[in-house]
Amino acid sequence: MTQTPILDVKALRVEFPGRHGTVTALADVSFSIQPGEILGVVGESGAGKSMAGLAVQGLLEPPGRVSGGEVRLDGRRIDTLTDGEMEKVRGKEIGAIFQDPLTSLNPLFSVGQQLVETIRLHLGLDRKTARARAIALLTEVGIPAPDVRVDHYPHQFSGGMRQRVVIALALAARPKLIIADEPTTALDVSIQAQITALLRKLCDDHGTAVMLVTHDMGVIAETADRVAVMYAGRLVEVGPVAEVIANPQHPYTAGLMGSIPALGARVPMLTQIDGSMPRLDAIPAGCAFNPRCPKVMDRCRVERPELMPSGSGQSACWLKAMETTP
Amino acid sequence: MTIALSVVDLTRDFDVSAPWLNRVIERKPKAFLRAVDDISFEVPLGSCLSLVGESGCGKSTVARLVTGLYRPSSGTIKFSAGKTGAPLSAQMIFQDPFASLNPRWRVFDVIAEPLREFGLRKGTTAIAGRVAELLTTVGLSPNDGRKFPHEFSGGQRQRISIARALAGEPEFLVCDEPTSALDVSVQAQILNLMRRLQDEMGLTYLFISHDMSVVRHMSNQIAVMYLGRIVEQAATEQLFADPKHPYTRMLLETIPNVRNPKRQREAPAGEVPSPMNPPSGCTFHTRCPLADGRCKVERPEMRAYPGGSRVACHRVAESMAALAVPA
Ligand SMILES: Nc1ncnc2c1ncn2[C@@H]1O[C@H](COP(=O)(O)OP(=O)(O)OP(=O)(O)O)[C@@H](O)[C@H]1O
Ligand SMILES: Nc1ncnc2c1ncn2[C@@H]1O[C@H](COP(=O)(O)OP(=O)(O)O)[C@@H](O)[C@H]1O
Ligand code: SF4
Ligand code: SF4
Ligand SMILES: [Mg+2]
Ligand SMILES: [Mg+2]
Repeated sequence: MTQTPILDVKALRVEFPGRHGTVTALADVSFSIQPGEILGVVGESGAGKSMAGLAVQGLLEPPGRVSGGEVRLDGRRIDTLTDGEMEKVRGKEIGAIFQDPLTSLNPLFSVGQQLVETIRLHLGLDRKTARARAIALLTEVGIPAPDVRVDHYPHQFSGGMRQRVVIALALAARPKLIIADEPTTALDVSIQAQITALLRKLCDDHGTAVMLVTHDMGVIAETADRVAVMYAGRLVEVGPVAEVIANPQHPYTAGLMGSIPALGARVPMLTQIDGSMPRLDAIPAGCAFNPRCPKVMDRCRVERPELMPSGSGQSACWLKAMETTP
Repeated sequence: MTIALSVVDLTRDFDVSAPWLNRVIERKPKAFLRAVDDISFEVPLGSCLSLVGESGCGKSTVARLVTGLYRPSSGTIKFSAGKTGAPLSAQMIFQDPFASLNPRWRVFDVIAEPLREFGLRKGTTAIAGRVAELLTTVGLSPNDGRKFPHEFSGGQRQRISIARALAGEPEFLVCDEPTSALDVSVQAQILNLMRRLQDEMGLTYLFISHDMSVVRHMSNQIAVMYLGRIVEQAATEQLFADPKHPYTRMLLETIPNVRNPKRQREAPAGEVPSPMNPPSGCTFHTRCPLADGRCKVERPEMRAYPGGSRVACHRVAESMAALAVPA
């Protein structure tokens, strides 16, 4: 590895202390994102995808806290920063896009006012230059008539347009990293395609690193370079997106792929994974997937597999260990 | 082919006017929104017809009209006679398994209610037996009847709503996005269950989804809706192999395909116009790459084409006419 990754997360652990003991929401989460790379983070709801994004940004809701591991942004450790210091990193070095664009926009101010404010805060430009940059950003994200739209309020935009404005806002300070949590889930397919195409373009044009959190494998397949699959608060597989889809290494990923109805040939029954993901306070011993796994072995019920090299990526499954040990 | 449901020229308007006082003060006229605009379709007995289209195109409104939750503004909805001679009884399954179950009732009572209400089983033993049978049918355990809905996961709750719908012994199920709130692995369980029930019980489905791959998996026929109208209807295989309407093509081109991803896609321009103020002529003309002057003024009629598809588009009609007349 010659290049410093934009984002480097090592053995990240997140805990929620509660009345009935502490639940571990994330354990042993390690991944990195290179400049210009889109890492897709996929998994079922409650797997910990959003939690991983929030932990990186220092936005965990108390009492949730990072209780282990480290997070580096462009080589610099950020998980140890104070709230005040982290505030500056967010918006300037990390841009955020959430599922519901309205949570990121203030209904009382025009989109221009919000963009100008962010630009001035982080780039220290004067009002006139900041406004010109706001209009340029709206143009870049594909808002028609940006010089007029800049003075409109969030409610005057449609859902897809609002998400573009949020992207413009996330880009305002030219961040190195964008964390996008289900950015297209609330949008129609035609608009979804516009937004993912836009993300890809930004990544190619500016070398921005993107952490794209979604439950939609289709979006990942068409947008991401690599994919990290999460299950019950841990990464179970990481690899190049085309490889993971064509040749999933972990039985959970294989099940996930089989349950997506095909657009090609019609099959009578979908492959199904029986049962559902365990709650965080009831994660089985050994491999967390073992009660649902069609390939479960004795060892899986007692010993937890770590991520290990598998195919062209990594997989946390004992099947791999068996192949490699003679 | 027996027709289970036939819908003719169905229209539904909603009054979306400002409150009376505001209207008087601001001198605004009453405002109406046409959520469903003059649509007709038939569902053959034992088959599945799916409605697809983007948010707000009127799918749920059709579902609610068909199940009698809304009255039509005009048009007719007719169920044919079922096994007993009475019109087929329809039940609805909703998107949100969380909202559609009464949280204070035990699962047993949730499922037993239609049995008691329609007098389908009499006496405690018969009712308990039937509830246990229904729970087993949907892949739950009879013991689960003692629990409350919040003790179940999303997929299990959707199984409970299916058991409840089946309790009314329907021959027709209207399913409005039954798996949209579920994760794909759980969605696969529910779709498999619904296919199995259809085969075993000979159910007829009106299925609603915005997910083309789900629709492809479930249906025999697909009707594509845009701004309250059906723009194309065809057999599933035909629609995917030979989509005719420009909107159907756009939909098929934009759905992300896991197994055959299109990474360098041309994203379609524009977005769905407001149904409060739909475009003139063909309502798709503001986004259609083939639109011409005629499309802006004249609304295209629905026409039938060889292969059994029906399409409402001037350009499709023109090109098919050109093909039909030998030069
Ligand atoms: N009760 C109502 N009063 C006023 N307008 C309504 C009402 N119900 C639906 N509408 C409007 O009718 C149109 C069609 O709505 P409908 O819920 O049928 O869409 P849909 O296709 O089911 O969309 P989605 O995919 O988002 O569920 C929308 O513009 C909606 O805002
Ligand atoms: N405030 C909290 N206290 C305890 N557990 C929480 C809290 N917020 C989220 N969780 C749990 O953390 C897990 C991961 O959540 P999340 O990251 O939102 O999942 P995803 O985005 O993958 O759907 C879930 O099991 C969720 O219930
Ligand atoms: S470790 Fe065992 S239980 Fe876990 S995924 Fe691999 S085979 Fe299945
Ligand atoms: S009628 Fe015209 S605008 Fe409408 S879909 Fe056909 S070509 Fe496009
Ligand atoms: Mg989430
Ligand atoms: Mg709906």
